[in-house]
Amino acid sequence: MQYHAFVIKYAEIGIKGKNRYLFEQALVSQMERVLAKCEGTFKFFRVSGRIYVNAENFDFDEVIAALQTVFGITGICPAVCIERDGDNKLPDINGLSQEVIKFIDGVYADKNMTFKIKVRRVDKTYPLDSMEAAAEIGAQVLDAYPEMKVDVKNPDVLINVEIREKVNIFSEIIPGPGGMPTGTSGRACLLLSGGIDSPVAGYMIAKRGAEIEAVYFNAPPYTSERAKQKVVDLAKVIAKYTGKVNLHVINFTDIQMYIYEKCPHDELTIIMRRYMMRIADMIAEKTGCKGLVTGESIGQVASQTMESLMATDEVVTDMPVYRPLIAFDKQDIVDISLKIDAYETSILPYEDCCTIFVAKHPVTKPLLPVIRAHEKNLSEKIDELVQTALDTDEVITLEA
Amino acid sequence: MEIYLDNSATTRVYDEVTKKMCLLMTEDFGNPSSMHHKGVVAEKYVREAAQEIAKTLKAQEKEILFTSGGTESDNLAIIGGAFSRHRSGKHLITTKVEHPAVLNSMKYLEDQGFEVTYLGVGADGRISLDELRAALRDDTILVSIMAVNNEIGARQPVEEAAKIIKEKNKEILFHVDAVQGYGKYRFTPGKSGIDLMSVSGHKIHGPKGIGFLYIKDGVRLIPISYGGGQQKGLRSGTLNVPGIAGLGLAASMIYKNFDENIDRLYDLKADFIRNLTDRLEDVKINGIPGEAYKDADREELGKIVRETAPHIISVSVAGVRAEVLLHALEDKEIYVSSGSACASNHPQFSGTLMAIGLDKKLLDSTLRISMCEFSTKEEMDKTVEAFTEIVPMLRRFSRK
Repeated sequence: MQYHAFVIKYAEIGIKGKNRYLFEQALVSQMERVLAKCEGTFKFFRVSGRIYVNAENFDFDEVIAALQTVFGITGICPAVCIERDGDNKLPDINGLSQEVIKFIDGVYADKNMTFKIKVRRVDKTYPLDSMEAAAEIGAQVLDAYPEMKVDVKNPDVLINVEIREKVNIFSEIIPGPGGMPTGTSGRACLLLSGGIDSPVAGYMIAKRGAEIEAVYFNAPPYTSERAKQKVVDLAKVIAKYTGKVNLHVINFTDIQMYIYEKCPHDELTIIMRRYMMRIADMIAEKTGCKGLVTGESIGQVASQTMESLMATDEVVTDMPVYRPLIAFDKQDIVDISLKIDAYETSILPYEDCCTIFVAKHPVTKPLLPVIRAHEKNLSEKIDELVQTALDTDEVITLEA
Repeated sequence: MEIYLDNSATTRVYDEVTKKMCLLMTEDFGNPSSMHHKGVVAEKYVREAAQEIAKTLKAQEKEILFTSGGTESDNLAIIGGAFSRHRSGKHLITTKVEHPAVLNSMKYLEDQGFEVTYLGVGADGRISLDELRAALRDDTILVSIMAVNNEIGARQPVEEAAKIIKEKNKEILFHVDAVQGYGKYRFTPGKSGIDLMSVSGHKIHGPKGIGFLYIKDGVRLIPISYGGGQQKGLRSGTLNVPGIAGLGLAASMIYKNFDENIDRLYDLKADFIRNLTDRLEDVKINGIPGEAYKDADREELGKIVRETAPHIISVSVAGVRAEVLLHALEDKEIYVSSGSACASNHPQFSGTLMAIGLDKKLLDSTLRISMCEFSTKEEMDKTVEAFTEIVPMLRRFSRK
């Protein structure tokens, strides 16, 4: 089937009142971004609550895959367009019915199904109104394909015929990712590890329209270059949707070893995480982020018990910490990870800074006063080490 | 200065080999199957290479079949051998410490209805000949035993094994995976009762993507790939002439100054073990019978190491994660490999280390150091030095 356009459906943007214009504009600019990388020429039209993408010389699968990375799109409807003739006339109702009959044949090999024709007459000069046109086209379709049956309440297939400047015929709705267009919600700072959870958490916040700044804590020379490459690849997964991710690689080795030397080993992980949060907080502030994002989920590991979450939460004082996976089961997280193509990368077996120096039995219920007291052991050098870590921040910009 | 001690992974290509291959890609680039002069020239290189290799094995030119490397040679020998003999029986024998190319070929044959006996090994990594004798059955059709274990450098008694196998039944095919052994030992497969022997080019300073299978004259295999009938139909596909010529040259070069080179490697190995175990506590050398090396003087140790392959040293360092130590050495430009492919989140311990009964705690603490003829005393001493600097530091941070 040769399509000529895509009708883009979006849900939440439609209800945003006066801001709707801005949201639509963001959506179009995101679509422009992803389609710029696709073969073909594309033109965008915004007409009364709909966005149309006219496409020429394109690869269907490539375009669909690209549009499915644009947050804000809930559905993509491939459409056939009928142009006006030399006299600026649209086909009459018989001509139109023939086009619909051709369309059905192109899209549905098996015609054993119920259907409904829905006409939307925007061009009021068209001689039949919407209801009349729908009835007439429906009748001609029934004549052409006797195995098809009409069902106006719950049809297997809803065939839309829009009579506008041209006629658009479409039926199939290919699901989009949903969410809000990137750039409509501000910027968030993601603590990105090489695991399964944090890329999913980043994806979820990005899906709400946020741009992502990511922080990765590296432990050279004890971790491999491949561990870092893995995180770069995971950041790219998010960049595929948002267009761009700045990845901050923080050298955490000295801080980690200093904590190891000065604090009880069973508290190593929790204190380490508190410093990660502090550093992420500082980077977030520097880069204009309005929140931190982590992949934590209650009780998943020792450092994610409610007590531990309290301990890591209290060090971030000037912005919220978003934990989109907080009540997710592991399998649900894995499902999203698979869906966004992060899983294969996440499970590559490289050591990262969290697995190299860890206690055999970390505390699961840290007591805040105890942790705070032990952190005092670090007072001599920790500020300097944190500053050095921030000063040597390596920023890698990843673009889709 | 870079110290490359991962020669069991791959080796640096001899300069002479690179030069020759370059010529064969730019000037004498013909296809040996072509009728014209260019083809004749190319064919000559192939024949010369086969002759050079045959010479190192006291074999005939026609007994050398070129493949893409060790894995393909092992697959062809085992699968092609088993299918050619399946009317005489369905029983195969191998060891638990073989390379995955052998083990997974065996696994495939098990799925095809063959039965496989896996011989265990002692603490020194060697099979027991009595166990082999007991495992041989009237329906045994093929035995595959590696010459040198790739992880711990244990030398299998393949010549003695050949005698036992052929005494039982001359028709049993005996395959030797000599990927780590060729170039380190002299093999005369024809005389020794070895029917099939796999060798890889890039372990002997030749190029990657090329190897050979020695097939004793008269031994028939069933091909595992099909095509234009090159190499008597046993291994179709345009011959990799530059690779083959490079392999031929590397093979003849590795057996030049052979005894002198091997002696030197044994001295380096003995010295390294002596120095390392004298200077570091809780270090275990794997693949050496008993703990005899601990108290042996240099002369005795020299004799002990001669029971093992000259180039591989497997070291277990208690209390240190192999991957961490590996990257710490890498930081000093010393390149080694971890003895077992393992990561904290994906425990996949090496079959060999488990088979020799290595203490569980050491499975994840084992490094492989593998030398080549370019390795020097200075490099080995520097490596010992690096171990003595890094290990005590890392042990302070070990899991408690």
